Amino acid sequence: MQKLITAIAGRLVIVVPYLWLLLFFLVPFFIVLKISFSEVAMAIPAYQPAFDLSQGLAANFEKLKKLSLDNYQWLLDDALYFKAYVSSLTIAAVSTVLTLLVGYPLAYGMARAPSTLRPTLLMLVILPFWTSFLIRVYAWIGILKPEGLLNQFLMWAHVIDTPLTILNTNTAVFIGIVYSYLPFMVLPIYASLEKMDYSLIEAAQDLGCPSFTAFWKITFPLSIPGVVAGCFLVFIPAVGEFVIPDLLGGSQTLMIGKTLWSEFFSNRDWPVSSAVAVVLLVILIVPIVLFQRAQARAQESGK
Amino acid sequence: MESFGSFRRKFAPWDDPAAKPYIRFENVTKTFGDFTAVNDLSLDVFNREFFALLGASGCGKSTLLRMLAGFEEPTSGRILLDGQDLRGIPPYRRPVNMMFQSYALFPHMTVEGNIAFGLKQDGMAKSEIDARVGEMLKLVKLEQFAKRKPHQLSGGQRQRVALARAVAKRPKVLLLDEPLGALDKKLREETQFELMDLQYKLGLTFMVVTHDQEEAMTMADRIAVMDHGRIMQVATPAEVYEAPASKFVADFIGNVNLLEGAVEKAGSGEVEIAAATQGLTIRADTSKALSSGQNVWFAIRPEKIRIGREKPVDASFNAVEGELWDIAYFGDMTVFHVRLDNGDLIKASSLNAVRKVENPLTYDDRVWVSFDTDAGLVLTA
Repeated sequence: MQKLITAIAGRLVIVVPYLWLLLFFLVPFFIVLKISFSEVAMAIPAYQPAFDLSQGLAANFEKLKKLSLDNYQWLLDDALYFKAYVSSLTIAAVSTVLTLLVGYPLAYGMARAPSTLRPTLLMLVILPFWTSFLIRVYAWIGILKPEGLLNQFLMWAHVIDTPLTILNTNTAVFIGIVYSYLPFMVLPIYASLEKMDYSLIEAAQDLGCPSFTAFWKITFPLSIPGVVAGCFLVFIPAVGEFVIPDLLGGSQTLMIGKTLWSEFFSNRDWPVSSAVAVVLLVILIVPIVLFQRAQARAQESGK
Repeated sequence: MESFGSFRRKFAPWDDPAAKPYIRFENVTKTFGDFTAVNDLSLDVFNREFFALLGASGCGKSTLLRMLAGFEEPTSGRILLDGQDLRGIPPYRRPVNMMFQSYALFPHMTVEGNIAFGLKQDGMAKSEIDARVGEMLKLVKLEQFAKRKPHQLSGGQRQRVALARAVAKRPKVLLLDEPLGALDKKLREETQFELMDLQYKLGLTFMVVTHDQEEAMTMADRIAVMDHGRIMQVATPAEVYEAPASKFVADFIGNVNLLEGAVEKAGSGEVEIAAATQGLTIRADTSKALSSGQNVWFAIRPEKIRIGREKPVDASFNAVEGELWDIAYFGDMTVFHVRLDNGDLIKASSLNAVRKVENPLTYDDRVWVSFDTDAGLVLTA
């Protein structure tokens, strides 16, 4: 009896997350997928056909036949979408590299800090999450705008004479992404550096490595699982980022998140925007699968 | 000249006043904040010596090793290696290599890669590196494991990779930090002899840090017993055991009975002590100059005490009666704890040289313990 209860409880523990995923991820995804095959309509909801179970199965089956790939064809025909995807991937890739360049030294410094100081440093990294993401991005507008804090400071310090135009450029988007996603880069790298045995570095020095060489031959290779995790955690959400390019980017900043938003809210073309979302998901499946593989491998070698 | 124990080899440069020390610690002090890890310590170690630093944890032995490796700089004093002052020389340019307690094998490299690591740093030619790595793998009998990663090896194999990696560069001195600490008892005993063999074959100077006295006694030519950052005695294992310089050393190494007493009669070469224990009078050989009334300790090892039911012929000195309180049977020998009538305990041991004993000693027997005048040592500190 006790065994049975344990077995059922064990199953339940597994079933709950699966149910969650099914209900809140898979079902919505299929709804979006269905809309992407539909036609735009001046109606509520804003697409045709809309299923209505009250009309009976046969009627709904007729509607099913009306679904088409037209929206996807549309995405291919208009170069705007292709450009937006490429531009999103490029911006995400550049931001990821920048975040790595900023995040790695930060994580390294934290891992090498006295152990009494580490919890505090860790908390400082997580601290920004306590404020709304939106508010933090708005704050950057105040810093980057022509009469903003940064320009005021630089002019006061006589570094520049005329204010720099940063806001509403891609530079501002990079700054925003690097700032917002930095913790996702720092934490996994910190985790991999922190658990590293320092005597490995001493051993490398003992065998003839100056500190710098020891870093590249020992520390960095051993932190690669953290670097890989951090890069994926920044890259994947950055591709679909909407708020940062919308608030900090300019009119020339082309990102798929913004395109999707304008299709949905400005054009009220739900089917096309759904198709945009589905394609984005398909594009992101590649790095997501790679990420999962890397995680599995890291776990394997960590044993 | 009298000698203690048996020799492993005819090697005693420390007795030769003309011999030049290979490693020399001169008044070395190392402090970490308020804590003095090594306190004004001087020590000479000779070429090709197998030297052991023995002490409890926190006695400064590891700090001493790390200063030689270059991971720590002495706060004051200096360290000379083969006549060269090591101050300011970073670890990667010192001609010493260390085998770490955790082995510190690089987890992302194969066994081969680990052993070749130091050689590559020296810019050695590839063919030479391959030859040396092969030689090292053969030396530690790991040829068929060359392509494995450290996590695919057993503890004993990892230990041998660490050893091979540390000797691959032919260092002037090999430093070993608790080299056998992570191995189980059986493997540890085997490896002790392997290490000694290796040291002899390679003709290197070994400096090993250990808290395990058996390990130090088995392997080392000389042992430095350390306590609170100071050296208490430097001597051969047999000397440390049979002629400890102080109460601390006598107590630290092996089992010992320490009997306190006052000098009754101090003669030349002999002393009579009134022990604080139950009217026991001790007569002992000593070369120490002692004065009447001086407080001393008499140190005697359990195996040098006789135990029996019969009263010795002359029980006026070096003999005392008590009750058999505890018996610990070890197979090869038995240790008896005798409780004197005033409550003091004396440990005596005897070798189980025969298989069957008639009427063996048992609990609660009244027994006499006795010893010869040259069985123990009079200590003043």
